[in-house]
Amino acid sequence: MATRQTQYLARSLLAPAVGLLFIWMIVPLALTLYFSTLHYSLLDPGSEAFVGLENFRYFLTDPAFLASLQNTLVLVGSVLVLTILLGIPLALLLDQPVVGRNIVRLMVIAPFFVMPTVSALVWKNLLMHPVSGLFAWLAKVFGLTPIDWFNDMPMFAIILIVAWQWLPFATLILLTALQSLDEEQKEAAEMDGASGVSTFIYITLPHLARPITVVVLIETIFLLTVFAEIFVTTGGGPGLQTTNIAFLIYSQALIQFDVGSASAGGLVAVVIANIVAFFLVRIVGRNLEA
Amino acid sequence: MARIATTQRVAVSTAAAWLCGFLIFFPILWMVLASFKTELEAFAIPPSFLFFHWTLENYATVQERSDYLHHALNSIIIAGGSTLIALLIAIPAAWSMAFSPTKRTKDILLWMLSTKMMPPVGVLVPIYLIYKNVGLLDSRIGLIFILCLGNLPIVIWMLFTYFKEIPRDILEAARMDGATVGRELVYVLTPMAIPGLASTLLLNLILAWNEAFWTLNLSTSEAAPLTVFIASYSSPEGLFWAKLSAASTLAIAPILVLGWFSQKQLVRGLTFGAVK
Repeated sequence: MATRQTQYLARSLLAPAVGLLFIWMIVPLALTLYFSTLHYSLLDPGSEAFVGLENFRYFLTDPAFLASLQNTLVLVGSVLVLTILLGIPLALLLDQPVVGRNIVRLMVIAPFFVMPTVSALVWKNLLMHPVSGLFAWLAKVFGLTPIDWFNDMPMFAIILIVAWQWLPFATLILLTALQSLDEEQKEAAEMDGASGVSTFIYITLPHLARPITVVVLIETIFLLTVFAEIFVTTGGGPGLQTTNIAFLIYSQALIQFDVGSASAGGLVAVVIANIVAFFLVRIVGRNLEA
Repeated sequence: MARIATTQRVAVSTAAAWLCGFLIFFPILWMVLASFKTELEAFAIPPSFLFFHWTLENYATVQERSDYLHHALNSIIIAGGSTLIALLIAIPAAWSMAFSPTKRTKDILLWMLSTKMMPPVGVLVPIYLIYKNVGLLDSRIGLIFILCLGNLPIVIWMLFTYFKEIPRDILEAARMDGATVGRELVYVLTPMAIPGLASTLLLNLILAWNEAFWTLNLSTSEAAPLTVFIASYSSPEGLFWAKLSAASTLAIAPILVLGWFSQKQLVRGLTFGAVK
């Protein structure tokens, strides 16, 4: 069918994309690997020297690393739980007959299109400000003490902001999956006398298993490197309370100018992301064959 | 719709859905309202919801004091430029994989996907140093280049899934009728591919417009797009909420409109076809 000529054409059309992505993947990664074995500080140029695995030892035993690893896991885990636990009922609700469903959908999806720096600053100031924020006013109306979000529970504040940004994504994907669910199957179950709850547990939830997995994996990829939200609100503080791996590497590279250990940290981040990516690629690959 | 939806049930789910939608949308609404208040009103407790002195003053101040348009123009150039270049590279690649697949096509696609999963922070150091040495820090070209590469896998994937859906029989029929590859491309493929191309373009524009890792790290003033401009409000002096809100409203309005048009494609593009 395909002649040799068209095959040649096909390959030369594909080549630029493959070549560029290959360079994009290999060159920086190789450089990161190389820098990670050097003593290399931008404050002290010319003093580069090979130090073997010293940077990894330094980075991995730095108390800041353990703290930021823990913060990363808390942030990713909490946002995943929040977006999925809220996303499922929300998607089920939007799948119901609702007057003006399209408008409601638009409102629900909107936060996903707001740039991270805007969401973070609007939440920090207009909503979470301990004196003049809307939450503080609401707390006072109900006779409670306003919370000083970014001092008393900084990580929780960031989790709320990031969960708000990603809830639309989870909801939209789950809703798309729900709409492809076979109505007849559900009707048959109802005819047989199944209650709403058991229809949900035995038919709807198994159908959602796959999209939930996809949501978990894709959100994890993005959430592992949450950066802008921390950058504009807490700057990693107070102390190290909101420093995640991405922010730690940033501060080592561009605040402390320690190229060597920032590179070692970068490789650690790559390894963590790859563990997640491995599973995601397998799921997508299986779908490609179907 | 065989299921009987009683009026009562519709009323309940409508009320619940509107309440949820309103709560989720509220921070954006609150921000838009604050952008029309004076600084004193924006900061006032108890807050006024609708009955305040509506003013456009903040929008004027934002442009005068901090040259909003300069950063908006940067955003347009960077998001638009990176999207167009990515499309130019991705169209032939996706076309070739969709219409002349080989044994390795699947592996190539998955490998491209895996490049998207590399955390940007893992290569921040070398990219920053390279940019510093060749003078690309705080330049539009530098940002266009990096955002283009970062989004290339998504663009190729989306186009691939769209091209895959074009029935191949049509191509064969055209070939039977003696169409050359060039004619086939112009008269048969292009018209059928335009909807897919348009939604890929749209989603990629949104992603590039909102990108806030490379833009924050690689630009400061000259090339700074809106993400960086808004970030500069994180260490302000004096009352600034109304101005922050005005700048933010302007920064997200165009993308909100584009985004609302592309919600269907969003699922497809961000799940790499795993959920349709």
